Amino acid sequence: MAGRASVQADKKSFTLPQVPKIAIYLVGFIPAVWLFYAGVTDQLGADPMRYLEQGLGLWALRFLIATLTITPLRQLFSINLLRYRRALGLLAFYYAALHLTTYLVLDQGLDVAAIVADIVKRPYITIGMATFIILVPLAVTSNNAAIRRMGGQAWAKLHRLVYVAAIGAALHFLLVVKSWPPEPLVYAAIVAVLLGYRLLRSMVKKTSPRRRPA
Amino acid sequence: AAPLSATKSPFSTDEKKTSREDVTSYNNYYEFGTGKEDPAAKAGSLKNSPWTVKVDGMVGKPAEFAIEDLIKSSALEERIYRMRCVEGWSMVIPWVGFPLADLVKRVEPLGSAKYVAFETAYRPEEMPGVQSMFPVLDWPYVEGLRLDEAMNPLAILAVGLYGETLPNQNGAPIRLVVPWKYGFKGIKSITRISFVDKQPETSWNKQAPSEYGFYANVNPSVDHPRWSQATERRIGEGGLFVKRRPTLMFNGYAEQVASLYAGMDLRKLY
Repeated sequence: MAGRASVQADKKSFTLPQVPKIAIYLVGFIPAVWLFYAGVTDQLGADPMRYLEQGLGLWALRFLIATLTITPLRQLFSINLLRYRRALGLLAFYYAALHLTTYLVLDQGLDVAAIVADIVKRPYITIGMATFIILVPLAVTSNNAAIRRMGGQAWAKLHRLVYVAAIGAALHFLLVVKSWPPEPLVYAAIVAVLLGYRLLRSMVKKTSPRRRPA
Repeated sequence: AAPLSATKSPFSTDEKKTSREDVTSYNNYYEFGTGKEDPAAKAGSLKNSPWTVKVDGMVGKPAEFAIEDLIKSSALEERIYRMRCVEGWSMVIPWVGFPLADLVKRVEPLGSAKYVAFETAYRPEEMPGVQSMFPVLDWPYVEGLRLDEAMNPLAILAVGLYGETLPNQNGAPIRLVVPWKYGFKGIKSITRISFVDKQPETSWNKQAPSEYGFYANVNPSVDHPRWSQATERRIGEGGLFVKRRPTLMFNGYAEQVASLYAGMDLRKLY
């Protein structure tokens, strides 16, 4: 199935020094450990709960974006980081889970009525919850056994949900702020570029006269 | 910051004050950036002296006050007020200021004057947030009150906090404090006060009319379209494990201000 172009790309692709995958997790969890440590030792400013909640959410979005850069890096710049994508995706999920837990426990104090009202009435919470729910099956199937069981095609199809999750996460951020401050707009723009690239590429491939029958 | 002497006021709350550190480091002042830490980091560039406040419009005695004269000629009081931000957090702040009504009386409004319009300084070279590629608000920041709201004894022009002149991030050298309204009504670094006959435009109302009304009275039963206003987090209380507390009607000042809104549908006139 692989086209000529991508075969050539693979030949040229750099061999970056291989880092053990566990290192991605160790480094990836540094922001979370720091945020919790700084929060408990009162170093997060006047509103530590909010800082922690937003910080964890922001890192979830950053890791989600990181997973989306793997494919364009390979296709455009022949940089192959595919072996780290699972770790980055799982880090996005873990951060999203910590962000959600902070909201449920520290922000809302497990006030079920308030939480249900938030989910039903507030689009940014609805979108945030939906985004987290989308990430769950992706996290659960992020292992070789699941890929074998599901078959590569079905697995890949399921994992395209990450595009929906990225849109959800960017929207969630945009809707929680007042006015249109730059930071959520920048993240939304990055997500738009990464997804727009895929859309454009799939359109070019479909209409390309050089396409060979499979 | 220079010390200011002030008398105590019966309008002060005896609730625990938010620390000076938190009051002066956690601010919304978008002219200096949208981050809570931006004003403390960047507002130093605002030249708050010399400073004049122009009072004009439908008044018998329009005037231009130098800030030091205004402070000298006013009876300063300490007013310890609750402050509820529209974002769902609150503080208790010991302001130093004088009743807005005192200034209103000095300029003798005409019978035709129904509203008071306020304007913040607009100085792109001193305000990095105003130069932003993404303008978050239509500058300069403007606010307004109905004349009877402005005459309410709770409404003050603050020139200090914690017994000293205002830090720039809190709106130096002079700002509005209307404790029964959401914090964004408390316009900072005022340069102009105009008496008008029509409801003036207000910055956040222009930015998102469905989310921020002209009145912006603290009201736990009228939610912001995107979040609940039923509860609030008191800054500096409990750290990471802060508990939400119920938000009070008119931020707990119903006794003094509820009569201003008798017969009004506060769901529509939010």
